[in-house]
Amino acid sequence: MSSAEPLRMDAVTGTIAPPAIPDPWVLPSRGRAGMIALIVTETAFFTIFVTAYVYYIGKSLTPPYPRDVLSLPLFNTVCLLSSSVTIALASNSLRAGSIRRFAILWFITLALGVEFLIGTGMEWHRLIYQVGLTIRTNLFGTTYYSLVGLHAVHVTIGSLAIALVMTLTLMGAVTQEHAERIEMLSWYWHFVDAVWIVVFLTVYVIGAR
Amino acid sequence: MAGSIDDRLVLGARDSETVPGVAIPFAGRVHEWVVTVDHKKLGLMYIGGGLVFFLVAGLQAATIRLQLAVPDAGIVSPQVFNRLLTLHGTAMVFLVGMPILTGFFNYLVPLMIGARDLAFPRLNAFGFWLWFFGSLLLYFSYIGGGGMEGAGSAPSVGWFAYAPMTETPFSRGHSTDYWILSILLASVGSTATAINLIATAFSMRCPGMTLNKMPVLVWLAVVDAGLMLVALPPLSAAQIMLLLDRYMGAHFFDTQAGGSALLWQHFFWIFGHPEVYVLVIPAFAFASEIIPVFSRKVIFGYEVMVAASCAIGFISLGVWAHHMFSVGLTPAGNAFFVTSTMLVGIPTGIKIFNWLGTMWGGRIRLRVPMLFAIAFLFQFLIAGLTGIILAVAPFDWQLTDTYFVVAHFHYILVGAILFMIFAAIYYWFPKATGRMLDERLGQWHFWLFLAGFHLTFDTLHFAGLAGMPRRIYTYQPGRGFETPNLIASIGVIFQALGMIALVYNIIRSLNSGKAAGKDPWDAWTLEWTTASPPPEYNFADVPTVHSRRPLWDVKHPEDPDWKYE
Repeated sequence: MSSAEPLRMDAVTGTIAPPAIPDPWVLPSRGRAGMIALIVTETAFFTIFVTAYVYYIGKSLTPPYPRDVLSLPLFNTVCLLSSSVTIALASNSLRAGSIRRFAILWFITLALGVEFLIGTGMEWHRLIYQVGLTIRTNLFGTTYYSLVGLHAVHVTIGSLAIALVMTLTLMGAVTQEHAERIEMLSWYWHFVDAVWIVVFLTVYVIGAR
Repeated sequence: MAGSIDDRLVLGARDSETVPGVAIPFAGRVHEWVVTVDHKKLGLMYIGGGLVFFLVAGLQAATIRLQLAVPDAGIVSPQVFNRLLTLHGTAMVFLVGMPILTGFFNYLVPLMIGARDLAFPRLNAFGFWLWFFGSLLLYFSYIGGGGMEGAGSAPSVGWFAYAPMTETPFSRGHSTDYWILSILLASVGSTATAINLIATAFSMRCPGMTLNKMPVLVWLAVVDAGLMLVALPPLSAAQIMLLLDRYMGAHFFDTQAGGSALLWQHFFWIFGHPEVYVLVIPAFAFASEIIPVFSRKVIFGYEVMVAASCAIGFISLGVWAHHMFSVGLTPAGNAFFVTSTMLVGIPTGIKIFNWLGTMWGGRIRLRVPMLFAIAFLFQFLIAGLTGIILAVAPFDWQLTDTYFVVAHFHYILVGAILFMIFAAIYYWFPKATGRMLDERLGQWHFWLFLAGFHLTFDTLHFAGLAGMPRRIYTYQPGRGFETPNLIASIGVIFQALGMIALVYNIIRSLNSGKAAGKDPWDAWTLEWTTASPPPEYNFADVPTVHSRRPLWDVKHPEDPDWKYE
């Protein structure tokens, strides 16, 4: 140790004990903090793609244009948004300790997520093979496939994670103590659903007027 | 030795301390560092890797200065010159600044909050290896950038790689792809680290450490990580768009198909400006730890310091287009970005006054870390003032893309950030290695580098004012550029000598430096309560704290800080 400090003699002699520290010392769980941070960074990521989409609305030099070829994917939207409800119910069931109810609701969530992906696939198939719109066609194709595709990638990742949990549940490995982690996964799923609302409004409502 | 039973035992060992006295074979030691998830090892790997790239990119800068020392020099061709400046810029930001600064946070944040590791140790290792291989990709472009056509080499598009110049027709070969992939990987790695730092600071603090008792460095790590979370995705998103353009025929930046030639600039600078603050906030963090310890005073205005840092982070997200005044924004756009840019000066000024307030009336110890910190204060102030000059749009039209801009941002990156990195190296080296760096060699390093820095970057302001454009590979005599360029290049010699002093100092001190002990600086934060170097678990007993300076409370039970906070 380098030069020792002279004691501060004018100080009141320390006879008082320091204020008590709360016991138990509870902090937010790291999973929660990490998931919030992940959602923030993903939001920034999507914002740029949505900005690019909005910036290029109506800038395509050649057809096809959105209002001529897009139709509202209402069934898909209802499915995906309902899956947010079912995953929340599933998460609550697990927290309450009802594994069977959790497994059923979780399976419904998975089915709804997969349905959404199939629906998107069918829409893309129609656009590519009947309309002839690809990512190379015009700016609409470029921004449409990028934004919707980016969201679909996130639905795919979420569905894979949900499928993994489903498998573990069927193996009997998921118990009440995992409720916190399952809830974090459900947060990610809610985020993906919330992004869909933005994508839906941007692409199919505002962009296709 | 390979294959013997002893070898396998050692390879399987968790760390060297579990087998005291046994010499570990080289392969075993490498294996230990490759598989580690320990925040201290990963932090040191970040810093070490960053320093290696610093020497490489520094040599590239020295080559640039050699070429520009005299008019009509022919040391490198224009093509080679463009590659040099691109790799120098890209590497110094992504391969040097980011890893060294996140490396310090990696190392220090858990120690300072009394935790045993970051919140997600494996995510931390994942981030490091993404950065590592991403970095290798950038320099691999010298070999692989040619592609099938053999038309490329290392990227030559500048560190901001403006599209549509980076579109396939104008940027042949694979050089630009290496630039994209390398930075994309490094950015994802940094994002992982940022998530980790935030989760660590909010969830892993030791008992008693409420948010308002966190060391200022940890607060700034949180602000820095938050800024990374929102600033890096715009770059990654734009790079993915560029990849889609280059490989799938998309039209994001294709002006022939109605795409915009400006969109990339917006996206890049939405990342690029906050990135400056991502790099400088760690420098603030180091200064906020070092200046109090060497002034023997509590930091002045803790709450205001934290608030000002948050304000800087927030405002920095709304100033990006001041990099784009010369593209012709609307008058309203100009006015907005001039004003928002000048607003940054307010919280920044608050911080400078608080550091001065910390030093005021203190018993200042002029050790090497403090020397660098004091130089930082002056140089950061000047860099801020030229920043205000450049924020004035009409003045920027005159000076944009001149050496005045180059000198301005090097004043931040070198004069502020690099100086504080040096200060941090001298300050925490004893903690990480158990040995002191030599004070005398440190003084040589400081004075040589200080002289070199001012010779180079002060004079470049004048070259810029005389009208010298940036990124030209040579210039003709008789335009008033000769003297400042020659002096600037001579400054590089002093900087290089300073760096030699540092490298020699590190190598010598690692072997024969003075033993440091737990607390060589008589400091106050938790990292100085554990051994140097700290054991893998950091603290045998999880500490409890009652104030912002827990070690002061231990040393001065008659006058603890918690009575006043």
